[in-house]
Amino acid sequence: MPHELGLDEIRDMLEGGAQLIEVLPSQEYEEEHLPGAVNIPLKSLDAETTRKMDPGRPVIVYCWDYQ
Amino acid sequence: MSPRAAWRLERLGFREVYDFSVGKAAWLAMGWPREGTSAATPNAGEVARKGTPTCLLEDRVDDVRKKVLEVGRDVCIVSNSEGIVQGRLKAAALSEKPEVTAEEAMELGPTTVRPNEPLAPLLDRMKKRGTRTIVVTDLRGKLLGILYRDDAEQTLARGTRL
Repeated sequence: MPHELGLDEIRDMLEGGAQLIEVLPSQEYEEEHLPGAVNIPLKSLDAETTRKMDPGRPVIVYCWDYQ
Repeated sequence: MSPRAAWRLERLGFREVYDFSVGKAAWLAMGWPREGTSAATPNAGEVARKGTPTCLLEDRVDDVRKKVLEVGRDVCIVSNSEGIVQGRLKAAALSEKPEVTAEEAMELGPTTVRPNEPLAPLLDRMKKRGTRTIVVTDLRGKLLGILYRDDAEQTLARGTRL
C-alpha cells in the first residue's frame, strides 16, 4: 500500500536517495517541476516507461495537488 | 492523479512507493527550488529581501526598535512562538509608544503573498494600490522576506534575477 508523504518528510526522503516522478502532462513538467524529478505522465505509466527506475529504491510520485 | 499513479507503481513491482499528495502546488508555495522553463522568470520569493528583523508578540516595542535600527531596516515582522506571521511594525509604530508590546502596536494581519507569485502581475497590483512593500510568507504563514516594489521593477527591467 502506498504511503502518503507530506511537506515535513519529502526533502529528507529526497536527500536519502528517493526517486521522484511527476505524473502530469509533459508540457506542465517542462514549465516547472521539482528538482531531479523525471516525467512519466499517468497515461503512459507502464513497465516500459518505468524501466530505468530502480524498483528496489523508494519512489515518490506527485501531481499538482490533491487530484 | 498521484494516488492512482502510486498504486500503479506498486502493481508494476515498486516496493516502496510514496504519494506526495499536496503536490507541486505546495512545494512551490513553500518557496523551495524549482526547475523548468519558468524557473528563468523570477517570482516574488526569489526577489524578496531576506533577513527582515522579526520579533515576538510579547516583545516591547522599545527593544524591537533597537534591534531594527541595528540592522539598518525600518520594519519588523511580528510572529507568534510558532513563527507564523501575525503583524507588522512599520517605522511610525516603532517610535510612537516604546512601552507597549509588539502585539499592541502592530498592524494586524498585513497582506501577504506566496513566494511562487509571478512578479509582473504582482507588481501591477502593487502599483495600482500604491504599495511599496509586501510580505512574502510560505504556505504555512512563515516569513520568507519582504518584496520591495523597486526591486521588482529593477528585476523585471533587467529580465533577470537579482
